[in-house]
Amino acid sequence: MDIGPSPRLAHWEHFPHAADMGIRGYGATPAEAFTAAALAMTAIVTEPAGVRPAQRVEFECAAADPEFLFYDFLNALIYRMAVDGLLFGRFALHLDGPRLAVQAWGEPVDVARHQPAVEIKGATFTELAVRRADDGQWLAQCVLDI
Amino acid sequence: MDLNRFERLSDTAWRLPASGRMRVPVVIYGTAALVADMDDKVAEQAANVAQLPGIVQASYAMPDAHWGYGFPIGGVAAFDPEEGGVVSAGGVGFDVSCGVRTLHTGLDLPDFDGLRAELADALFATVPAGVGSTGAIHLHDRQLTAMLAGGARWAVAEGYGERADLERIEERGCVAGADPEAISEHARKRQRHAMGTLGSGNHYLEVQHVVEIFDPVAAAAFGLSRGRVLISIHCGSRGLGHQVGTEFLREMAVEAGRTGLYLPDRELACAPIRSGLGQRYLGAMRSAINCALANRQIITHLTRGVFADVLPEARLELLYDVSHNTCKTEQHRVDGQQRELYVHRKGATRAFGPGHPDLPPEFAAVGQPVLIGGSMGTSSYILVGTRAGEALSFSSACHGAGRAMSRHAATRQWKGRAVVDELAARGIEVRSPSLRGIAEEAPGAYKDVTEVVTATHQAGLARMVARVEPVVCVKG
Repeated sequence: MDIGPSPRLAHWEHFPHAADMGIRGYGATPAEAFTAAALAMTAIVTEPAGVRPAQRVEFECAAADPEFLFYDFLNALIYRMAVDGLLFGRFALHLDGPRLAVQAWGEPVDVARHQPAVEIKGATFTELAVRRADDGQWLAQCVLDI
Repeated sequence: MDLNRFERLSDTAWRLPASGRMRVPVVIYGTAALVADMDDKVAEQAANVAQLPGIVQASYAMPDAHWGYGFPIGGVAAFDPEEGGVVSAGGVGFDVSCGVRTLHTGLDLPDFDGLRAELADALFATVPAGVGSTGAIHLHDRQLTAMLAGGARWAVAEGYGERADLERIEERGCVAGADPEAISEHARKRQRHAMGTLGSGNHYLEVQHVVEIFDPVAAAAFGLSRGRVLISIHCGSRGLGHQVGTEFLREMAVEAGRTGLYLPDRELACAPIRSGLGQRYLGAMRSAINCALANRQIITHLTRGVFADVLPEARLELLYDVSHNTCKTEQHRVDGQQRELYVHRKGATRAFGPGHPDLPPEFAAVGQPVLIGGSMGTSSYILVGTRAGEALSFSSACHGAGRAMSRHAATRQWKGRAVVDELAARGIEVRSPSLRGIAEEAPGAYKDVTEVVTATHQAGLARMVARVEPVVCVKG
């Protein structure tokens, strides 16, 4: 299963949490759901469509538990957003058993253009779930500390 | 929440008796209205905390409690290592030692006439705020290690502030037992360029004036009188603390699974205090506390620089500095016995009463200043710790208003520009790099801090001393 979201199925949404924000991604595969959730995370900071794919970063995560893998994936993105001052608007994920290969495209934060609302501190275990919904779609979700 | 679930201990204290796996009861402080308004998750999370090994007396929730991660935000719990007690990364949170520091200016509001906008611009230009902002201070590895070990003491030794500042910070500006070796390379990298930055979200730097005094004796001891102008800085340990939280939460969850430690919620990830992982977390978390103290110290220094240019007659001296998200080793009396406990305060303020040995001598007779932040258009409060607080909540009080609506709902209701203009019309100069951020932090998106502070006062956790209102707000 390569490359992320198919236009028909994949989508994301935010769900409310008292102080912070929940992200939820849906897709035909776990990788698509992860990708959609990553876009939901960017959308907390800025409009994902406004992020230019000017540079690419690559990394890998590995965890036998898909929920830990999702936690690690989001936190790896948050780390790169923090250390390199980047925003990401496009992703290509390849999931092979417990290993997730990530390519993410984005650009450095431009305060005037992106109007970044808030910095994300970390992905949490709260409401963390990776599962197949009743309609067969995959769902990946958690609350972010912001 | 359904109040019928609770035993009513008083008008402002509600108990959920221990049942099932709970080792101690839950006690929630707040008026009937506040507790009824809390999400059911608060009681559920506080009851989960009550199941953790070695918890002492009760699992507490403050009047501003809301649904958090594992622990409720506004949760307080103490653990005894002698009874297999644990330390929990989820019980401290991601923004380790996020807190409030308040400074005197020695000036009155009329001294700021005609200068508010200039002051707001200068503070905004000098104190880095918002997503992606970096400070002017870039620490190499050895300096970073010294900062993590030394906290605000390190900052003062490096020239960021004055020795007298340290007397007015919890633990005199440096918490003991920090272990910089326990801080990962990733956490170090997240902090290298972030010293002296506010961050974003609900973090701010405000110029405020005292509008009301409730307790003239404590106010006099704190140097507060009507019309006096103060500065409050709300921020934490920045990326380093966030990374410490992220990494140890995961490690503790995996280790708990491996050792069979029962966790009612994965976010309650914890480790025995007397374990390698528990000790490593304590060393890392204390380093992150020192990072937050150093950060607020550097921001204080930057603020003094701005005032030296704009209002050189100001003398910026610390009133006090409190931290909200911590686990601290403290002596408490339980059932007549003195015990060393590990007190988790997740979105709660330590509030030592009169005579506590940790207080600066000038506060010994009245108690510790408890600094409670509001939202950018409303009041903030200064309270004082009480003797009764020791038995009520291990000397803990509320920490702020808490959100009334989600960020998403706030952006649908308000536009950033309109919020800025409306506050300006009320004499409050707001500066922020992000209008969307302003909309998400609109004053109406927060609960009324007055109700929370009044309930804290009524419950005896801390007493109201003064109310302040903002005139300048730099928002991250």
